[in-house]
This record gives sequence, C-alpha cells and structure tokens, in this order.
Amino acid sequence: MADRFPSPFDMTVPAGAEGWEQLYPYSLMFSDDRREYEESMFWFHDGVHTPEVVPPWDATVFEFAIISLSQYNTRHYLIPPALGVDIRVLNGYMFLTPVGVADPAEIESRVPHFMERAGFYFENWDRLYAAWMPKVRALIDDLDALTISPLPEKEDLSVITEGLGSGSGFELTTTYNRLVDLTLKLWNYHFEFLNLGYAAYLDFFGFCKGVFPNIPDQAIAKMVAGIEVDLFRPDEELKRLATLAVDLDLASALMSGSVDETLAAVKEHPAGEQWLAEWEKAKEPWFNFSSGTAFYSADKVWIENLDIPLGFIRSYIAKRQRGEALERPTEVITKERDRIVAEYSELIGSEEDKKAFEMKLGLARTVFPYVENHNFYVEHWAHSIIWRKMRDFGRVLVGAGFFTDPDDVFLLNRFEVPQALFDYYHGWAVGVPSRGPQYWQREIERRRGIMNALRQWSPPPALGAPPETITEPFTIMLWGITSESVQQWLGGADDSGGLSGFAASPGIAEGPARVILSADGINELQDGEILVAPLTAPSWAPVFGKIAATVTDVGGIMSHAAIVCREYGLPAVTGTAFATKTIKSGQRIRVDGNAGTVTVLDNGG
Amino acid sequence: MSHITWFDAYAPGDEPQLGGKNASLGVMTAAGLPVPPGFAITCAAYRELLASNGLAESLTEVLADVVPDSPATVSAAGTVARALVMEAQLPAGLDDEIRAAYAELSQRCVRADVPVAVRSSATCEDSPDASFAGEHDTYLWIRSPDAVVEHVRRCWASLFTDRAIAYRRAMGYADDGIAMSVGVQKMVLPRTSGVAFTLNPHNGDRSQVAIDASWGFGEAVVSGSVTPDNFLVDKVLGTVTRRTISSKTVEHTLGDDDTVVEVDVDETRRDEPCLSDEEIAAVAKLARKSEKHYGCPQDVEWAIDADLPAPDNVLLLQSRPETVWSRKSPGPSRRGDEGYLESIVHTLMDPLHGRASQQVR
Repeated sequence: MADRFPSPFDMTVPAGAEGWEQLYPYSLMFSDDRREYEESMFWFHDGVHTPEVVPPWDATVFEFAIISLSQYNTRHYLIPPALGVDIRVLNGYMFLTPVGVADPAEIESRVPHFMERAGFYFENWDRLYAAWMPKVRALIDDLDALTISPLPEKEDLSVITEGLGSGSGFELTTTYNRLVDLTLKLWNYHFEFLNLGYAAYLDFFGFCKGVFPNIPDQAIAKMVAGIEVDLFRPDEELKRLATLAVDLDLASALMSGSVDETLAAVKEHPAGEQWLAEWEKAKEPWFNFSSGTAFYSADKVWIENLDIPLGFIRSYIAKRQRGEALERPTEVITKERDRIVAEYSELIGSEEDKKAFEMKLGLARTVFPYVENHNFYVEHWAHSIIWRKMRDFGRVLVGAGFFTDPDDVFLLNRFEVPQALFDYYHGWAVGVPSRGPQYWQREIERRRGIMNALRQWSPPPALGAPPETITEPFTIMLWGITSESVQQWLGGADDSGGLSGFAASPGIAEGPARVILSADGINELQDGEILVAPLTAPSWAPVFGKIAATVTDVGGIMSHAAIVCREYGLPAVTGTAFATKTIKSGQRIRVDGNAGTVTVLDNGG
Repeated sequence: MSHITWFDAYAPGDEPQLGGKNASLGVMTAAGLPVPPGFAITCAAYRELLASNGLAESLTEVLADVVPDSPATVSAAGTVARALVMEAQLPAGLDDEIRAAYAELSQRCVRADVPVAVRSSATCEDSPDASFAGEHDTYLWIRSPDAVVEHVRRCWASLFTDRAIAYRRAMGYADDGIAMSVGVQKMVLPRTSGVAFTLNPHNGDRSQVAIDASWGFGEAVVSGSVTPDNFLVDKVLGTVTRRTISSKTVEHTLGDDDTVVEVDVDETRRDEPCLSDEEIAAVAKLARKSEKHYGCPQDVEWAIDADLPAPDNVLLLQSRPETVWSRKSPGPSRRGDEGYLESIVHTLMDPLHGRASQQVR
C-alpha cells in the first residue's frame, strides 16, 4: 500500500486536452510559484458537488462557494483551529484541501474572537435568521430582474429625450458584472449561518458520542431533523398535484403524451383549470429544482424540463390509484422523533448531563432548519436563475455570431465573458465587425475538444500527502472524508466484494443493484432495486419511494443526499468510494444502513 | 375451583396461592418477560391433599417427636412424613387437572410429552429472614403425565426432607404454617443461547445491549469454551450497531441420560450467525424490558428454544443486576456544566470521534 497519493505535479494532461489550463483562472492552478505549499497539502477531489469536469464558467460558482465558506471560517467567525478550504482545478476537476491553524498560540488567540462573534449569532439566531430569508429572496428577485437583450440597431429615442447619457452597451456589460456580483453575494449569504449551524450540530453530536459511545450517527441526526423542511417541498408539491389529479378525475388526461399535449388535455377537462392553476402555483418557486448537484449549468432544472416533474407526478398518480397513501405521515414522524429523544434522555445517568443534553439539543434544533433549508434557496432556486441568465448572454452572443449554441457561454470563464461582450459592444459601437465570430467560433471548437478529452480522464480520489488524522469537521460531515476513507483510497478497492462507508440512513435491504451514473438514468430504476450512484440529488426523492436502498461513492452523514434518505426512510450507505466501480447492475447486494456496509451476494441471473 | 394457574394468566392477587418462585414467574410473564411457559399447581391443592387425607394431624403427630439437636429423630420423622405425603390419595379431580394442564403445555410446545421441570415453590421461600434456598426439591427433564404427577408429589414431600425440617427448626418456622405450590415449566432445549448486558460492557454505553450468543446450551458461552457471536444493538433505534460472527467450534447439547454434553459443531454451521436479525432484535428487546422492569442495568441469560414456534421461542432464563458499570457514570464526564460556547470551542478543537466507519469494526 502506498503511503501517499500522487503529487499534483506528477499528473499528466490527457491527450487532446493540452492547453486546458488557459480555460480557468490562473489562481486555481497548481504552479511552481506555490509548489512547496501545494505539495505539503492533502488535496481531495470534491465528488460531492463536482463529480464531473467543471466547465470554465461553472467553476466560477463553485469557486465563489468555497471562497465564501473559507472567509467565514477565517475572517468572520475566526473558527479557532480551522482556516478555509483551498481550491485547485486539475485537468478540469476540482480539488480541495482543508487548511488548519498550525500554531497553538494562534488557535488560542482566535478563541475569544470566535466566542464573541459566534456567540452574537447564536444569541440572536432567530432574529438574524428571520432576516436571512428576505435578504435571499430580495437577491433572487434582483437576479430574476436582470434583463439581457441584444444591442439595438439604434438607441431608443427615450435615451435621448430623457437625457440618460449612457447606452445599451454599458447596460449589457453592467448587467453581466451585476450577475457575477450577485452570485458572489449569494454565496456569502449561504455561509452566513452554515458553519455555525454545523458547529452547534457537531457539539451536540460530540456530546451524544461522549455519553453513548456507540450511538448511531443517524440517531443523532434523527433527533435534530426538522419536520417541515423546504428542501422536501418540491416533492410534496408533486404529491399534492397527483392527489388532486386523482380527486378531480384528471388522472387519465395526465397519464400520457408530451408535456404540451398533456397540459392541453387537462385544459379540456371541466376541472382542468383548477388543476392547472395549482400546477402554475407549484412551479414558482418549487420547480426551480435541479436534477443534479446544481453546480453544473447542464444540470436539468424541473421548471425548464417539465417532463421530469410530470413523470414523477404520473408515478405518484399510479401509486395513488393503487390505494397507497402519498402524504408524509408528519404526525408519525414527529412522534417517533419525540420517542427517540425521550428514550435516550431517559438512559442518561446524571441530571447534569441530562440538562446539557437538552440544552445542546435545543441549540442544534434552533440552527438546523438553516442547514436543511438553505439548499433549496441557494443551490436550487438561485442557481437555476443564474444558469438561465447566463444562457441569455449566450443567446445574445449566438445572435452576434460568436457562438452557435447559447450553452457555449459556459466554455468561457468569468473573466472571458466580459471580453467577449466588450468585443460585441466594440463592434456595435464602432459599426464594424467584431472579431468574436471568428475568434470564439474557433476557440469554442477547440474547447469542446478539450472538455471531451478531460471527461475521459478519471481523477484520483486524492493528491499529495495524507494527513495523520482528519479532524476538520466540515470535511468529515459534508464531504465524508475520514482517516479511514483515506486509508481505503490508498489501499484501493478490496476484492472481497465488501464495501464500507457512512451509515447514513438506517435499515437493511437486499435486492438487485442498478448502477446509475447521472440524473438522466434514474427513470431506469425498477421497483425494489438498489440505486448505486456516484452521488444522489435531493430532487431524486420521487424515486426513493420505489427503490429498496441507496449506495453512493461520495458524501458524509450530513450531505444533502443523506438528509433526504433519512427523511424518506430509505436505507443508505454513503461515501463508499468505489461502489459504482465495483458493483455491476443486476448483482444482488445487501445494504446495511445501520452498520455502513455493502455486500455483494451474488452476480444475479 | 381450578388448582392450576398458568404463568401467562397470572394476576397480582394470585401470589399467596403460588409461593415465591411461581409468583415471580407469573410477575415476569405479566411484565412481558418471556420465561419458559408453564403452570403452577396452587397451594390450595396441597392444602386439600392434607385435608382430604387427614394429614395435618398425622404430620403434626409425627413431627412432634423431632428433637432439634438430634439428626436421628429428624431423619426418622422425615421418613414417615414423606411416606405419608407420597401415599396419600389425591383430591378428587386434581390428578385429571394436572394431566390436562400438562397435555395442554405439550400442545403449546408442539411436542408430545414435553420435557418439563417440576419445581417446589413454598410459601415461605424468599422470606425476608430466611431464603429457604435449595431446601425443597426440583426435578428436571420429567416427561410423561404419570411422571409429572409423581414428581408433584415428590415436591410436596420435599417439605419434609431432613434438611427442610431441620432448617425450619433452626429458623423458627412452624411445620404447619407452610404450604407448597408446584411449578411445571417447559425445559428449555436451546438451539442458541447466551447472555445479554443492557449496556456495552467495554465502555458502559447505556444506549446499547451487548449480546453474546452461541449454538446450544448456554454453558459454552458462560464457561468460555467458544468465542461467541457478538452483537451490539441500539436500544432506541433497535438497529444492530456492530456484529461480529465467530467460528463456534463446540456446542453443548442434551445427552442420552439428560445431561448436557459438549460436542463438535459441524463445519457448515460454525461460521454461520447463530441468531437471525429478528432474533437479535427480540433478545435485545427482552433484555431492555428486563432492565425497565427491574429499574437498573441487567445481566440476562436467554435462549432460543428449539421446540417453540417463533416468536414465542425467545426465552428469558435469568436476569440479575449488572454490577460493574452500574456504579460508575459511563465514559469521561462530558463537561455537562460547561457553557455552550466553550463546549463548541472544545468540540471544534477535538478530533471527532465515533464515526460510522469506526463502528463497523
């Protein structure tokens, strides 16, 4: 077994991908300039958010996310032992490294600041969190209000008569800058509460593990989990629409045809208008829901791909017609949560510990709604708009002959888009051809080739020197990277047919495996099969009702996938590293969501 | 009036009729603690035996000759007294009642002439000032209706063993103040058995039930002649948090002469788990119930009976207080008095412990 991962400096460029570095900001590259630092660090591939090659513009959003996370650790709250998470791109894949504070004296000196700052947020949590939602909603409105139009043949007369004194070219470039600024601000907002939310949760987690060393992680998660969670709303809406369709006798109209045909057929029906009104109401905002991690411009969003939610509604209608209940039994869930809390509390020996348990649980429950809810507003809703607006820029540049496809815009990084826009502005202003049509058409062609070559490469799980132990809480909880998983990566997959990972959601299931590598494949899942995927998205929840269990390559106990699996009572083992590589579709496997193990039983028929 | 009280039909008012041992079996059954099934022949039956045969007087007469410090007088009186009880005529219908109850027990156990234990349960047993432990007789592996009736008589007669007579004299109990109930209880024939602690014996974690289990009778686990399968079960979620399957090379089974003998386990069963997931859950539940019933951590002996149909086959054999961890608080004290911010700071500075992949082992 190797004792370290390959150095980032030993990685070679896949054939056909030469020059890929120029597609990304220079600051994201491994380079001789920072070689000593970079070689001393442990870099892991972030398969939780970015399992695939990240196109240059998409990398902007991910970079903003990681930098925002970092600034809150390092500069806002001064988390005593932890600075930020550093980020590099290698062959188009994102690598991260948690950065700790090495000097014990410096850690000590950060403590009073942390207590003052984090303390302020914890003490005023409800008030501050109440302000968060309007802030993000206003930002979403601002994003939505951005209008991106081709430059006019001549300026409107009102520009003259109102003495505006500036023109459409300025509007276009300003709007782009505004979009980028709002995206950065969105990600600042995202981490205003998240790091502290995790910290309070971890404190409760650590306390429970101290009192009950063998308590399952998922028991702790269950005690804290919310009952009404916005991340589950999109799926709730689909169930509601399915129930309403059955009640209004619209099922037959809804069950076949394309989206347009179906909606037209519904409209013909006497009760059709009523259902369509509910459908429209559900769409905004709940269909701003990505079928992937939401970090890719290519991730399909429900509202732009209505066949996805309609397909789920159809399977819910079928379920409903078989007499199955669709509603989440919130009363049962609440009762079960209360029972779990009461029983563990009863088992605590000392009154003092019992009091501490209650206090920590109270704080964890105060902070946890943020952990569960933010994902819908930031990643799903706001990102959907960001990708949409970027496509509008792409469309403008298609109109100007720069691109052939609006999505070509994502092959430019965030600093190159203004260059292209300005080239367009330049040509428009002067009244001469822009260079863009020749330059970018050629360049896009080259970049497509590079992207395809990079997609053929598979990134190693990690680079550089493994740390002796991994202690950074977010790395463990969110990315699911532990000292053990690092050892596993170093040793490679074992050939005994067994895998281990996080016991992310309880229960034991056996069944045929179905390996699904992307969101497009989830419709292949048959009743009773076990989903094996690199990772899952919250928006896959509608199929969770028919499958027996889930196994993922990546993700920790607090990854969004784990939260959703627990909610749906689906046994899950996450962070197995090798599941999609070692398990084949059709093999019978056993998933133990209590112990965090996956066993191949036989090779199927 | 019936002279039979089934353990699973026990009501709190029955106690005076059942004696200490049988009453406690009834109490446990009523509390949902599944002791092996069976019934008690009430004290009233014994009293009727005495009344219908005029035995009270003759016994008093015989025992009047006993001189406390003279073993010879004890022995002589005991021999006569036991013979009186053994030869007395059973009260009308009692013989039929015992046979009918035994037949029903056999039926419940899905086994013709089911082997039973026939146990004495005297009203004086477990008195605060005298335990009478082992003073009266118990008979194991009794099979057939005739043998059951015969051994019920022997239990009655065991009130007059030499040692019982002497013990009563020594402790100041009158001979005629005591009545005897007799318990008839299925002999457990374990397919699998073992022990369960209502905490993790390695770290005192009160949220867990630790189960050691091996094939056959519990001797193998208790004596340490095999490395048992080991399961850790979360009390609240009911999930198996850890399972270790060992190679169980020997087991204790019932030999020809009703003694327990050690034999090799055949190759195919050695490495098989000796409990199914349902059984693990049932054993954990049984241990947890016992802990709740007695109000403190328990050390429980249990068995999976080979005759009884599931889920009635999971049986509690014995439960006693756990003594090692119950006295200390589990784990290092968790800074319960600390402010939440200090605690969060410590959490952030400490390496995280107790993650899933560590629990797998």
